[in-house]
Amino acid sequence: MTDTLPAIELVGIVKSFTSHGEIVQAVKGVDMKIAEGEFFSMLGPSGCGKTTTMRMIAGFDEPTAGEVYLHGNNVTGVPPNKRDVNMVFQSYALFPHMSVFENIAFGLNRKGIAKDEVTRRVGEMLDIVDLGGREKRKPKELSGGQQQRVALARALVNKPRALLLDEPLAALDLKLRQAMQVELKRIQREVGITFVFVTHDQGEALTMSDRIAVMSNGVVEQLGTPREIYERPATKFVAGFIGTSNLLSGTVSEVIDGHAVIAYGPEERVLVAVQNGQVIAGSEVELTVRPEKMELSANAPHGTDCAVRGTVTEVVYLGTSTNYNVRTSSGADVVVFTQNATSADDLAVRGDSIWLSWEPRHSYAIGAPS
Amino acid sequence: MSTLTPQAPVKAQKPRGKLGDRLLFGYTWAVIIWLCLPIGVMILFGFNDYHGKYNTQWHGFTLKWYQHAFALPEVNNAMKASLIIAVISTVLATALGTLIGLALGRYRFKGQGFTNLVQFAAISSPEIVMGMSLLAFFVQLGFPLGYVTIIIAHVMFSLSFVAVTVRSRVLTLDRSVEEAAKDLGAGGWTTFRLVTLPMIMPGVTAGALLSFAISIDDFVVTNFTAGTVTTFPVDIYGLQGRGGIPAQVNVMGTFIFVGGLLLAAINALASRRRDA
Ligand SMILES: Nc1ncnc2c1ncn2[C@@H]1O[C@H](COP(=O)(O)OP(=O)(O)OP(=O)(O)O)[C@@H](O)[C@H]1O
Ligand SMILES: [Mg+2]
Repeated sequence: MTDTLPAIELVGIVKSFTSHGEIVQAVKGVDMKIAEGEFFSMLGPSGCGKTTTMRMIAGFDEPTAGEVYLHGNNVTGVPPNKRDVNMVFQSYALFPHMSVFENIAFGLNRKGIAKDEVTRRVGEMLDIVDLGGREKRKPKELSGGQQQRVALARALVNKPRALLLDEPLAALDLKLRQAMQVELKRIQREVGITFVFVTHDQGEALTMSDRIAVMSNGVVEQLGTPREIYERPATKFVAGFIGTSNLLSGTVSEVIDGHAVIAYGPEERVLVAVQNGQVIAGSEVELTVRPEKMELSANAPHGTDCAVRGTVTEVVYLGTSTNYNVRTSSGADVVVFTQNATSADDLAVRGDSIWLSWEPRHSYAIGAPS
Repeated sequence: MSTLTPQAPVKAQKPRGKLGDRLLFGYTWAVIIWLCLPIGVMILFGFNDYHGKYNTQWHGFTLKWYQHAFALPEVNNAMKASLIIAVISTVLATALGTLIGLALGRYRFKGQGFTNLVQFAAISSPEIVMGMSLLAFFVQLGFPLGYVTIIIAHVMFSLSFVAVTVRSRVLTLDRSVEEAAKDLGAGGWTTFRLVTLPMIMPGVTAGALLSFAISIDDFVVTNFTAGTVTTFPVDIYGLQGRGGIPAQVNVMGTFIFVGGLLLAAINALASRRRDA
């Protein structure tokens, strides 16, 4: 960590709403630091407080408790028109009575920038979002993806210190969405502005972000790089929310070399790294293993420290890969993904007794501090 | 496959029988004629070449009443009074009603339900009751009757129409559009002027047109609150009592009607352009 100021810093943010006489806590104590130039995502299911958090960064809502800092300045209580961040709304919120040009020029005109400078910068922006020649159109005369790009251009043209995007791709169909994901990344690289991106699509967050904050129920469950979050989910919620995760549990029989050993039966045992002193023999642990890390074989494997027996309950052929649903001898239902590159035949059929094995470094204890 | 029997083309099923269609057609036109006939008669008798006092029988076509449209000072003055009152009360009612409509559509506040109720009470209460109460009110206060009292009265009943049309427009707005304006650096007033007002404009113009229309032809409330001021409808009523309405009244009535049509057409065109 360098000691440069974070672009955005939230300290102990709480937000409560009163609705019908009841107090609802939408955000329950969020801390995060977003670095300059970072592509930062907030990911979480509907209603977890993503929009509320973002609205407090932009200044549309004030936190019930806590502070918002932009580049080291406390902006809590500062109105949105005085904050050097811009927002792209989920509904785009384009001005329906203005042309594309007027929409994009709106922010520059508020700053009193000279007319030809405005024309030049809007023109530049139109090129970046690939909308050259459409500046006279009204928002209604544009497709969804084009409107989305106008909204993006309208915010970016002001060269804000940070850009806030609230599910900007949610209204687009899959193909356009994927195209816009690539586009957004390119634009972010080109302009070098901090992007804070809200989404409830984990694939989108994983592919686009430098770092992700996974939120649930008004709190940040985990904050880390996509790889950290995918491979080392810190909580059960994260494991379940990001990708497919296999959840195993059991009683620790012994702790060797910083690894807890769970013995399920003869030759069946699972190792998982634990922090010293955190887990002792006899305690219950839960761990996750990603489906693609597990190997499926007919016979007892050699040389792997994690192996359990199971019965195949379902085989799903997917072309490049095959998914096996397996019930382990301890009664856990797990999924295994195998690539179909080498073997022409299925490894097993429904009802087969098989072995699952993996390396201990792919087991992650849940709830362990990272 | 050759064994398949060719399917008869499916006929588009009409929702109603032939008789029902005809009845509906006839009924529609009956209503239209019923609504337009009095206006048609008024316009027609502005071209009536009659002599004497009573413009009640058709004598032949003439344009002389249009040539001498403004030959009767009494009618002219009444028309002028009506226009002054209509313009001022429309401006006031539109400004105040727009603000009320915005508040009602946008915010939750104490007494909101009551305000809504009062709006609809003002729209639906009988004019005679409103006129009488206003008269009693002004007399109690010792307020001299005249232009000011007429305008106060007209603003009072027009305001609700503007508030209601603006409110229904405000309810359809996406709030984040105004938030976007603020986000892009616009203050409260700039946001209102550049974003909110243009978006609620159709509601505002509809309310203003309505205000103008009900102000210019109001008789009952005006008559109670007028004092010595004579507006166009009040004057016509008086002329009728003094024997015969001159054809100039038909001419001016036609002007008002055509003016109303023009305004409505302009409004429709403008909103079509906006929505295009
Ligand atoms: N103005 C408000 N008044 C009352 N409750 C609110 C208000 N705004 C948000 N909430 C509540 O706060 C919680 C979080 O809402 P928020 O809009 O931040 O969710 P979100 O994570 O953005 O969800 P989504 O993915 O559906 O957009 C929800 O339970 C919501 O009902
Ligand atoms: Mg949201």
